Amino acid sequence: MNANAKAYWRDNIKYVLILLSIWFIVSYGAGILFKEQLNAIKIGGFKLGFWFAQQGAMYVFVILIFVYVRLMNKLDKKYGYDE
Amino acid sequence: MNSILFMAQLDVQTWTYILVGITFTLYIGIAIWSRAGSTKEFYVAGGGVSPLANGMATAADWMSAASFISMAGIISFAGYDGAVYLMGWTGGYVLLALLLAPYLRKFGKFTVPDFIGDRYYSKTARIVAVFCALLVSFTYVAGQMRGVGIVFSRFLEVDINTGVIIGMLIVLFYAVLGGMKGITYTQVAQYCVLIFAFMVPAIFISIQMTGNPIPQLGFGSELNDGSGIYLLDKLDGLSTELGFAEYTEGSKSMIDVFAITLALMVGTAGLPHVIVRFFTVKRVKDARKSAGIALLLIVILYTTAPAVAVFARTNMIETVSNQPYANVPEWFKKWETTELIKFEDKNNDGLISYVADEVKNELTVDRDIMVLANPEIAKLPNWVIALVAAGGLAAALSTAAGLLLVISSSVSHDLIKKIIKPSISEKGELIAARLSAVGAVCVAGYFGINPPGFVAAVVALAFGLAAASFFPAIILGIFYKRMNKEGAIAGMVVGIVSMLLYMMKYKLGWFDAELPDKSEWWFGISPEGFGTIAMILNFMVSIIIMKFTKAPPQEVQHIVEDIRIPSGAKEASLH
Repeated sequence: MNANAKAYWRDNIKYVLILLSIWFIVSYGAGILFKEQLNAIKIGGFKLGFWFAQQGAMYVFVILIFVYVRLMNKLDKKYGYDE
Repeated sequence: MNSILFMAQLDVQTWTYILVGITFTLYIGIAIWSRAGSTKEFYVAGGGVSPLANGMATAADWMSAASFISMAGIISFAGYDGAVYLMGWTGGYVLLALLLAPYLRKFGKFTVPDFIGDRYYSKTARIVAVFCALLVSFTYVAGQMRGVGIVFSRFLEVDINTGVIIGMLIVLFYAVLGGMKGITYTQVAQYCVLIFAFMVPAIFISIQMTGNPIPQLGFGSELNDGSGIYLLDKLDGLSTELGFAEYTEGSKSMIDVFAITLALMVGTAGLPHVIVRFFTVKRVKDARKSAGIALLLIVILYTTAPAVAVFARTNMIETVSNQPYANVPEWFKKWETTELIKFEDKNNDGLISYVADEVKNELTVDRDIMVLANPEIAKLPNWVIALVAAGGLAAALSTAAGLLLVISSSVSHDLIKKIIKPSISEKGELIAARLSAVGAVCVAGYFGINPPGFVAAVVALAFGLAAASFFPAIILGIFYKRMNKEGAIAGMVVGIVSMLLYMMKYKLGWFDAELPDKSEWWFGISPEGFGTIAMILNFMVSIIIMKFTKAPPQEVQHIVEDIRIPSGAKEASLH
């Protein structure tokens, strides 16, 4: 592996770790582990923990993938792997 | 004017025949237009599918009769706990997009066992992977064929077995003829049909109950009746009044909810029929993008389902609870004849008492009718009710076809071409692929007509099996260059065996006189959630064994370095 490929891989891993932390926080954190605490907050008719578990986490999942697509497309260009 | 009157008068059955007839003609037309001419077209649609088309096909492939018909009903009865399916069956796509799809596309072969076999430079690894792929896909498809049969029989008024056979013939036609190419383009059409069919009644009912046309917002809104009460508060109240757990609270333990959600997510990312879809696009960046599109299209249905669940449950409780049996609406009688609703007047007071206490409860409602009967309960027009039938069929057929393709390519490509007879010609392999598709349809159909008692129980566990076997092997294969064949094989074997044993003991009760009680579950984790533990075992065993055995050969380490770079993805190739 040359230096360019190594740097590309490091950046990729960094993005993946950040995005997966958010993935974990919205689903397992807000939707499951801290659901009770969040349920004390109400937005409209939704208790917040319940909302994350049945709605919010899924919206965030979609956003995460599209953010990843954008970040990686930029990264591909930066390191000359775009095609 | 006359034609409008005519349309309004058509009954549900006629509408069903019209809509199902139109959609089936469409599917068959597409299959003929896009039939496969080479093994490459048969396995991966020639590798040139656009990200949008692949996203739509993946979404249709993913959403089965279970997603379309049963899921909202399950949530309706489970309340908050239903979130395990919602998050579990969507969150896996994040793992797919970030950890698997781009690399597997760059790797550029046809099947999951291809990756395992090449990355772990071993025939044994390939055979273990083929075995896992067949086990996962067969448990999954057997349930699907049954679903196809039930949908056909309910809407076309034939018996379930005839329904299964009709379904088999149709799937056979376009899977055998079109291979992956035919399946992909029919799935694009099927996605459009099923999402339209799911959304129309949901929007109608949301407007009826809350005045909000967006169901996702509607179920968090105030009721339309001027009372100023939030729909969810009302449902919580009704639930506790009848002795059920509060709807927004649920009743599973936190650790079990956690484990099931994780097992479903990881299982989703490890299912061969999902992974293989990402071999069909042109470039690595297309693989990432099409995972995003697929999830967006899936989430449209998955965020609507919990709204439908709330509308349906509130509607049902309000319509029947404590009402005189003599006054029940027409739909109640109609579904009673199918035995999906049962009423037994235990205290002979003529009132329907629907309560949590099983001794006093007089009403049993099958979860499936929550979606099927919902349009009737809400008094929607006949064409909307018929539309649900066409949607259910689209969902069931698209999933069955995708699974059958994985089974046939496992047999013709992974077993015959790669292990038994490597000298087979391209033409011979294509014939073998078509024949194994025929064989797979027949086996699936057999299970659809004679479901072994444990199929229903096992379908949910297909995810556990995928989580326990493929996910760790693929992740380690991409992200851990040092991982070798000894580690990966031992990990997969330990993962799948422990999952099977736990399932046999705690789900099927094969080792004891009777099914062991919940209190005996390890760490309080149900068989559905055990995939998480089995996956962790797989990871641990793989890494420990790897530490004591020698590193993979240099050329394999080069493969790993190469798949990490997105550019230069060749079209999926045989060699």
